[in-house]
Amino acid sequence: MSASTPKQGRPDAAAEDVRTLEATPSCSATRVVERDAEPAGPAGNPRNEGASGHKSGGRAAADVAARIIMWGAFVLAVIPLVWILWSVVSNGLELVGSPRWWSDDAAGTSARRPGGGALHAIVGTLEMAAVTALIAVPIGVLTAVYLVEYGRGRLARLVSFMVDILTGVPSIVAGLFIYAFWVTTLGGQRIPFAATLSLVLLMIPVVVRSTEEMLKLVPNELREASFALGVPKWKTIVQVVLPTAFSGIVTGILLGLARVMGETAPLIILAPYTKYLQGDLFANLMATLPTMINDNRTEVTQAAIDRAWAASLTLILIILAFNLVGRLIARTSKVKA
Amino acid sequence: MAKRIDVQDLDIYYGKFKAVEGVSMRIEPRSVTAFIGPSGCGKSTVLRTLNRMHEVIPGASVDGQVLLDDKDLYAKDMDPVAVRRTIGMVFQRPNPFPTMSIFDNVAAGLRLNGVKNRKVLSETVERSLKGANLWNEVKDRLDKPGAGLSGGQQQRLCIARAIAVSPEVLLMDEPCSALDPISTLAIEDLIHEIKEKYTIVIVTHNMQQAARVSDRTAFFNLAATGKPGKLIEIDDTQKMFNRPSEKATEDYISGRFG
Amino acid sequence: MTSVTGVSAPDPSPTSSVASRSTGRLGDRVFSGLSIGAGTLVVVLVLLIGLFLVTQAVPALQRNEVNFLTSSEWTVSGEHPRFGVAGLLWVTVVSSIIAMLLAVPVGVAVALFLTQYAPTWLARPAAGTIDLLAAVPSIVYGLWGLRQFGPVLVPVQQFFAQYFGWIPIFAPNNGLSGNVSTIFVVGVVLAIMILPIVTALSREVFAQTPRAHIEGAMALGATKWETIRTAVLPFGKPGVISAAMLGLGRALGETLAVTIILATLAPGTPWVASLFNGGETFASKIANNAGEFDTPQKTGAFLAAGLVLFLLTFVVNAIARIVIERRKAFSE
Ligand SMILES: Nc1ncnc2c1ncn2[C@@H]1O[C@H](COP(=O)(O)OP(=O)(O)OP(=O)(O)O)[C@@H](O)[C@H]1O
Ligand SMILES: [Mg+2]
Repeated sequence: MSASTPKQGRPDAAAEDVRTLEATPSCSATRVVERDAEPAGPAGNPRNEGASGHKSGGRAAADVAARIIMWGAFVLAVIPLVWILWSVVSNGLELVGSPRWWSDDAAGTSARRPGGGALHAIVGTLEMAAVTALIAVPIGVLTAVYLVEYGRGRLARLVSFMVDILTGVPSIVAGLFIYAFWVTTLGGQRIPFAATLSLVLLMIPVVVRSTEEMLKLVPNELREASFALGVPKWKTIVQVVLPTAFSGIVTGILLGLARVMGETAPLIILAPYTKYLQGDLFANLMATLPTMINDNRTEVTQAAIDRAWAASLTLILIILAFNLVGRLIARTSKVKA
Repeated sequence: MAKRIDVQDLDIYYGKFKAVEGVSMRIEPRSVTAFIGPSGCGKSTVLRTLNRMHEVIPGASVDGQVLLDDKDLYAKDMDPVAVRRTIGMVFQRPNPFPTMSIFDNVAAGLRLNGVKNRKVLSETVERSLKGANLWNEVKDRLDKPGAGLSGGQQQRLCIARAIAVSPEVLLMDEPCSALDPISTLAIEDLIHEIKEKYTIVIVTHNMQQAARVSDRTAFFNLAATGKPGKLIEIDDTQKMFNRPSEKATEDYISGRFG
Repeated sequence: MTSVTGVSAPDPSPTSSVASRSTGRLGDRVFSGLSIGAGTLVVVLVLLIGLFLVTQAVPALQRNEVNFLTSSEWTVSGEHPRFGVAGLLWVTVVSSIIAMLLAVPVGVAVALFLTQYAPTWLARPAAGTIDLLAAVPSIVYGLWGLRQFGPVLVPVQQFFAQYFGWIPIFAPNNGLSGNVSTIFVVGVVLAIMILPIVTALSREVFAQTPRAHIEGAMALGATKWETIRTAVLPFGKPGVISAAMLGLGRALGETLAVTIILATLAPGTPWVASLFNGGETFASKIANNAGEFDTPQKTGAFLAAGLVLFLLTFVVNAIARIVIERRKAFSE
């Protein structure tokens, strides 16, 4: 039953509907817990199971129940996605639909004065993303090349381990580290470039891991063919291995960018918001979509809240665009998993 | 162009595992030498030491000498990259570069080694494709991906790619084992034609093929699994297939073994 | 044949000097130097993170007049700084554990759905859909959690407070169970946020279950569910554990969603076990005060909190990694 109710509710995801749906998830979530706890014991022979459960009807029922739970879990997982997208679209569409949103900055708006644009924040987000990629991609790709093409023994294992650790570094810690390095130690200002450095830190492991995956998919025969032609190793890597993995690497970069573009915590520490269009990474203030959301969400007025939703919608649209392009490029890949 | 190879008392290792022991043989120029023997006896391993492809495997090493017209390939000052340019290789599975067109595949060896002159490149590509008996089939679609060809065509493309850098020696590791009989014949014909110019070494599991294409045959064997492989004998193919000196060779060739 | 490149290569033997001679040419030396440099840089970066946080936290910690680990006070300026992370630790860990307890079972079930139950036409788009959850920025989760989702959870909180209020963690806590800005709500939102990670990793390991195991179970007449229990789940267990750990790591460090949803408490509010309570996590504490890093002492106190968070996530992620490594060694 938990599977069928939400399914009917999904197409017309009106706020009302969603509210009623939510009653089901939390109870089916607990049921999943129970289900899962049961098989925790050593995997027994299913026959014994059938024998102790007297009739095969019990086994069949368990099977059906499991099937319903798995479907239910999926539906349950989709609900928040649909709901979030719905909230963002329904609350943000009006502003995002206005031409000013894309052509103006927020100069002249206030918590009480509605309207305004997000150009300044869009420019800031894209610019920071571009510079982040510019720094993180060479480091990440070269590290992956090291791990796959050169790495042996202790150092390789250490690098690989540290990449994992870096993957797990919370974004706020990345921001704090850059603060301790840039502001406290070097005596610099809080500037957008410093925030960019912390995004670099967050992006490197994503690029390393995705590039590594792709390089591993490049068949060894290609390297050998190239070596056998008397091509030096570095040229083999640059002109045979990397081009073969190219689209996969690009996909990884785009997905990594999509991830860091939504990061807010380091920006709160290092890149204070401004309402004005300002594209200099070394000047004091620079807007981004996350800090624009953050700035507006703290106000209680409708005008500010609308802007927060609209900026959220814009950010999600940009991130989805990067994801989509990334996935499309992945389709053209020469190497397949 | 073709050169002679002398192998002297070669031991080959994968890490600590000794895969092949005590191989000594002479490979004559402008001839085809076939390596035969049961699976795992080290045919590919020996073949790959002849152009120092063996050492791209981590931990792999060799002990002994391989001389190319009296020059020691494993001498300290010898650049393995240069060795591989002189001694080309064709692999079991056709492996054209997937990002490159037919033209670029053949030109790859030259380009990657720094040749930029368009005229030189296109002349070489045409000559190599003709040399590999592929020109007529692909001359109208040189800019199409090499991966779009049939398996047999791809293998001939790989041969064209290998001969485009004008090697002295061509090593082939079971070049026909992934191909159908017709493509196999095409490759065999090709080997027959190009042996005038190159020294060719071919590994094969197909006795008829060894008998058809080779002038000399080397038989490898191993005493037991885990033991190193050894060269049992090398002689004219005629003699090897009719009255070999060793009992083991006769057993293997007549199918009483492996 | 082992790969030319695999990190899992056999130990480099002393005789491999043959290979190292091959890098005699300049291009090779430059390029391998660059790539080794990049790899080393990553190692250095992680070490620097730890180093910078430690060196700048220590002076502040030395002046601290209460025990840093057991106190819940937070007075970081002035002559007599008194600050400790006990309160932060509680809220951080508890909200993350709620997230893990909810996300792991659902994530595993979704992963089973995607790999075992979903019809083939649905499996790929469905997986892509779940992945989209990871594309939503955390600040949007915060906004949505506070304004849309939280209010829906309030009745659930009230239900628990009314019927299970005798359990300390569900205590009504002066009616705060009627409030959106609680640890409980944060935990549920975090669960949604880490669901895609848990799902993706579990899906990966379930998909690798050897066909022989599955067919072996099915040949015994097992139903689909029994097959999953006997073949898929045991095989995937280490993967699920490490997925749970990675999800936990993400939840521990999550900043904006927590900062937005969770209400801060007035200084001096006594600790209660109830989940229907406000508070701060390490990350939200730092984010809430990001504008106030003016003196080295203040900054040092927050860096010390950041250091504890870093160590916490380090340990959790290291465990995840070790579990998955052990499995690799086992299955190879
Ligand atoms: N990369 C490698 N690492 C470790 N050992 C290897 C490697 N490649 C081959 N060997 C071992 O070396 C021995 C010889 O293998 P080789 O591939 O040369 O045999 P082969 O005669 O070519 O066999 P086949 O006819 O099956 O191709 C075998 O015992 C094999 O297991
Ligand atoms: Mg072989």
